[in-house]
This record gives sequence, C-alpha cells and structure tokens, in this order.
Amino acid sequence: MKKILCIIASVLVCAYSVLPAFAVDKPKDYSHLKGTEINVYNWGEYISDGAEGSMDVNEEFYKETGIRVNYTTFDSNENMYNKLKGGGANYDIVIPSDYMIARLIEEGLVQKIDFSNIPNYSNIMDQYKNLYFDPTNEYSVPYNVGLVGIIYNTKVVEGEPDSIDLLWDERYAGKILNFNNPRDAFALAQWKAGIDLNTTDPDEWNTAFELLKQQKPLVQSYVMDEVFNKMESEEAAIAPYYAGDFLIMNENNENLAFFYPKEGTNIFVDSICIPSSSQNKEAAELYINFLIRGDVALQNAEYICYATPNKAVLESEDYSLKDEEILYPENMDELVTEYFHNLDPQTQLVMTTLWDSLKIDGNENASIYIGLISFVAIVFIVVIVVAVRKKRRASYYD
Amino acid sequence: MNKNSSLRMKLYASPHIVWSAIFIVVPLIMVAYYSFTNADGAFSLENIYRLSDYTTTFLRSLWYGIIATIICFILAYPIAYIISQSKLRIQTTMIMLAMIPMWMNFLIRTYAWMNILEDSGVINKILTTIGLEPVHMINTPGAVILGMVYNFLPYMILPIYSVMTKLDKNLVEAAQDLGAGKVSVFAKVVFPMSVPGIVSGITMVFVPSVSTFYISQKLGGGTFALIGDVIEMQFQISNNFHFGAALSLVLMILILICMAFMNRFSSNEDVGGGMVI
Repeated sequence: MKKILCIIASVLVCAYSVLPAFAVDKPKDYSHLKGTEINVYNWGEYISDGAEGSMDVNEEFYKETGIRVNYTTFDSNENMYNKLKGGGANYDIVIPSDYMIARLIEEGLVQKIDFSNIPNYSNIMDQYKNLYFDPTNEYSVPYNVGLVGIIYNTKVVEGEPDSIDLLWDERYAGKILNFNNPRDAFALAQWKAGIDLNTTDPDEWNTAFELLKQQKPLVQSYVMDEVFNKMESEEAAIAPYYAGDFLIMNENNENLAFFYPKEGTNIFVDSICIPSSSQNKEAAELYINFLIRGDVALQNAEYICYATPNKAVLESEDYSLKDEEILYPENMDELVTEYFHNLDPQTQLVMTTLWDSLKIDGNENASIYIGLISFVAIVFIVVIVVAVRKKRRASYYD
Repeated sequence: MNKNSSLRMKLYASPHIVWSAIFIVVPLIMVAYYSFTNADGAFSLENIYRLSDYTTTFLRSLWYGIIATIICFILAYPIAYIISQSKLRIQTTMIMLAMIPMWMNFLIRTYAWMNILEDSGVINKILTTIGLEPVHMINTPGAVILGMVYNFLPYMILPIYSVMTKLDKNLVEAAQDLGAGKVSVFAKVVFPMSVPGIVSGITMVFVPSVSTFYISQKLGGGTFALIGDVIEMQFQISNNFHFGAALSLVLMILILICMAFMNRFSSNEDVGGGMVI
C-alpha cells in the first residue's frame, strides 16, 4: 500500500513538474534581471513613496525583483519632452499625459510594449483602453485619470457657483489664481468662449487670449504647485486645478469646495510608456506590471488621490476614496469633457507667442521709461562733473 | 631656458584652456548659432525680428536690476565698512552672519519670502494683531526687488569688505596728519580706494538681478515677466531653443555694454582719486 502511494506521489510530482511546460500562463522567469537598474521619470508627488506609513513602491519593487529604480520627476509634459528629445538622459519608464503621448508616438520617441510581460493589464477598465492617442493599445498603460475643476473658498464666494465665469468675476479681483502653463490656462478661456480646445484657427486662439488678457487684472498670480499653499492659507479664494489635488487641499482646509464648470472641462489620462532609448525594456515591463497590480495600484491611488483606471482598486474593500463624488462623479456622463490633442508646431507657436505677450504685459511701463531715462541722465551728469573736476585739478598741477 | 619655461607654463595652463574652451567658448558659439537659425537649421533672422516685441521686458529687467543694485550698494557699503573697522574676532563672526543665509538654497529662501509677504503672511498677521491696516506687498515690483536685494546682498558685501581690509592704514594716517577731517579722509582716501571692490560687487549683483527668473515668478506672481522668465519659458514650455538663444544673446550683449561702461567709468575715478599713489 505504501509503495503504491509512493508511486502515485512520484507520478504526481513528475506530472506537476512537466505540466507547466504546457500551461499557457506559466509565470515567466525574470531572475536574470536581478541586479539591473531602471530609470523612471514621473510627475512630482505622483507615486506612493513611503511617507506617513504608505508603501514605498520603488523599494517594494526592488525587494521583489532585485531591480533598482532610479526615480526622477518632472513638472510639466513639455519639460519631460525636452529631456527625452534632447537625448541626454536615458529613461526606461515615462508617465506623460495623453496629448504628449500622441506626440511621442508620432515622433517615434516611445516604443511598443510587450504585453505578454504585463498580465495585470486585465486590471485596466475597458473605458480607458483604445483611447485616441493609442487606439490599438500598443504603446501605453493608463496610470491615472483626472479632470480639471474649480476650487473655491466658501467663506469668500457667495452662493454655489457652477460656471467658469467665476474666474472672471470682478467681485473677487485679486483673489483668483490661474494656471502657470499655457495649455491649461488657454483651455479655461476656450471653454468660456465656447471654442474647441484643439482648434488650429489662430483667430480662435486670439479670442481666448483676449479673454485671458481681460482676466489678468483680476488674477492674483499664475501658479502651479504653489496653489496648495495659497488656497490652504486662504491667500487666494478661487483657483482652477486638478480634481485629485483638491482632496489634499480640502484635508487641510475645510472651507474649500469644488465644482466642475457646466461649460465643460478638460479630462486627461496619464499613461505609462517605454521610451525608444530604453536600455532595460524587460525590466521596465516588469515595473509596469508591478504598478498596475491590485495592491500596489491601491497604495498609489490612496496616496495620489487621483481617479484610477484600475478595476482591482475600485473593487477593493480597502479603497477609501471609492465613494468620493469628486473623483467618480455620478453624473459623469452629463459632464462635458474633452481631451487635449497634440497641437501642430504652427498652432503651438501661436499659443506660446500669445502666452508670452500675456505674461510680459505689465501695467507700470511708463514709470520704467521715466526711471531709466532719469537714471541715464544722472549717470551722464556725474560723468561730466567728474571729468570737469579732473580737468580743473590737472590745471592746478600745470 | 627661457623658451623652455614658457613652454612649461603653457603646458600647465592647458587644462584650464581646454576647460574654458569646452564649457565657455563652445556654449557661447552654440548660443550664437541657435540665435541665427530656425527649427530646420537654416539661417534666419526671424528670431531677431521677434525681439522687438520684448523691448519693454528688457527695459523692465534692466530697471529692476539697477534699482536692486543701488539698494544693495547703499546697504552693503556701510556694513562692509563697519565690519572692516571692528576687531578681528568680531569681523569673522559678522562675515559668517552675512554668509549664513547663503548656506540655504536660494529657491527655498525665495519661497520663504512668499510666505512672509503674502496678504495672509507673517508681516500682515502681525500688523493686524497690533491693530494696523494690512499692507499689500506680494506680487508687486517692490516685492521682486526686495527678493533680489535679499538674495544678492552678500555678493556686494564680500568684495567691498575684502578691499577694505586690505586698505593701508598708513594712508589714512597720512591724510589725517595733513589735516584732513573725517569726511575728507573718507571721500578722498577710503572711498576711492574701495572702488575696485564696489565695481566687482556691482557686477556680481547686477548681472544675476537682470537675468533672474525665479524671484519674479514667486514674488511677482508671474503677472509681469522679466527677461529671465521669458527665456525660461522658451526652453521649458515653448520648446523654442532658437528664440530663447536669441533672447539670451541680446541679454548678454546688454550686460556686456553696461559692464564695459562701468569699468570705463570706474577707471576714470581711480585716476582722479588716491589710486595713483
């Protein structure tokens, strides 16, 4: 009897050891990647980094795979593009937004991903697949989803605003902030004027510019990350910003409220890509797979507070933001939203030139001219006086 | 022998020459090259034509730079003089105190000023608690100039101080022996002899003030750009390296003209003053 059991057991052992060779979803062996490195280039404050008891995602990845992560951050898509295009740095992972991904694909700066290394891709919700910038899902894996909305201080703003006109409301002059990047700032004016965000008509860009110019006297400052400080300390009362970041501000100041303007708003998807210059593609794919694995994505979603495109996170019991109305609005279908598309170089030049002229336009130009002219006059007089005295002194010695 | 040693001298200098060539001359040539080409790499004057739209920005930067430099000078000269006249131990401590803010990063210091000057910032909170009217300070040209003065003041103090400490006391005594009062000792001996320090101090404050971008963004609220901001925008946002290079080139030339004028002016001063001795 014992013998028979032994035989059965050994047959079973043999069968198990042979079986995986035929199985479809045999886990791949990545042990050869141990000790290698990958360079990750991501937005600032856009990954769970171990602060306040959260998971340190990059450290965890190292523990599991033995692959070291060199992590650096950028603060705008354009900034990231310049680095990548310049070719001075090598990255294995970048996480830009939609329109920038379209541009990177067009210019061949990112490469196709081998999805057989990313089984967790099944976690991504269908509505975030086949997006316009990557219609066949070959280049990118969605990381976060977001909407732009308007944050306001209920102590200052009367009633319950629902329109983008709030940003042009003269009653709140000097209390309004705006984006310090042209694309987002122009988008607000475009919604107000009812212009398509991706228009290529210079006249329409001009219309939006006129609106921004009209808004400028009301604007306290053009900001990006300083918005947190300024809104929390109530230095400013109205600011357009990304929905996820409002949650963080609201934690620190309960007087803040948020709405999506009825005219419409910009929706964006930040996706993970692998640059063409990647030196360690397989490890990069392993990293992508790790980032969208249920537990890791959950940690990131909790930390970053942006809406997630990850099914596993939304279905998780531990996800505290699941019912957050701002991230997952019930009337999502009623919201008017539009993605940014990549602008052609001509339109881009139009936009940035208009943006320049918006920023350089000061209101105390006359005083500058007067000041400079009087300064030059004083210097001139001093030079002459010194020269005259010198001559006089020289004549003494003669 | 003579020939040999000069060859050796050249050999010793060669690392420095190579270094300067790679990191100073080549970048300058690249700036000039980018200024006169367009995105396709063809020769073009397009960037230069566009510059005229930015005249006011250039003038504004120059004006703010001049004001900041003058204020720095007015503050730094007495400070440097007082420090140089005190005992050696006190001197080291005071110079240390002047240097300490520079140990902290310039960006953090500027950010801190933002919190101090804001309408709900430290100063206004104190003013309102003692029953005074709050003052609006942030996002004004005054705040930007304050930021420049604060950040670059040590660069004015140090060169003036180092000239003052080397000042020959015998000359002062000689002047006193000849019957000069305190005022004329200062005006005829001390001040003319400190001119080289003043010139390098002015250079070290004026140049970074004119080209700054961070200070105007944080303390000016980004509502009136200086030329440094515009250049930064070309590289960071617009991805228009050619126009950015053209702006930088003009800025460099402007600064060079100002410096040349100042050096000429100061060397006149030297001849007129005590330096002939």
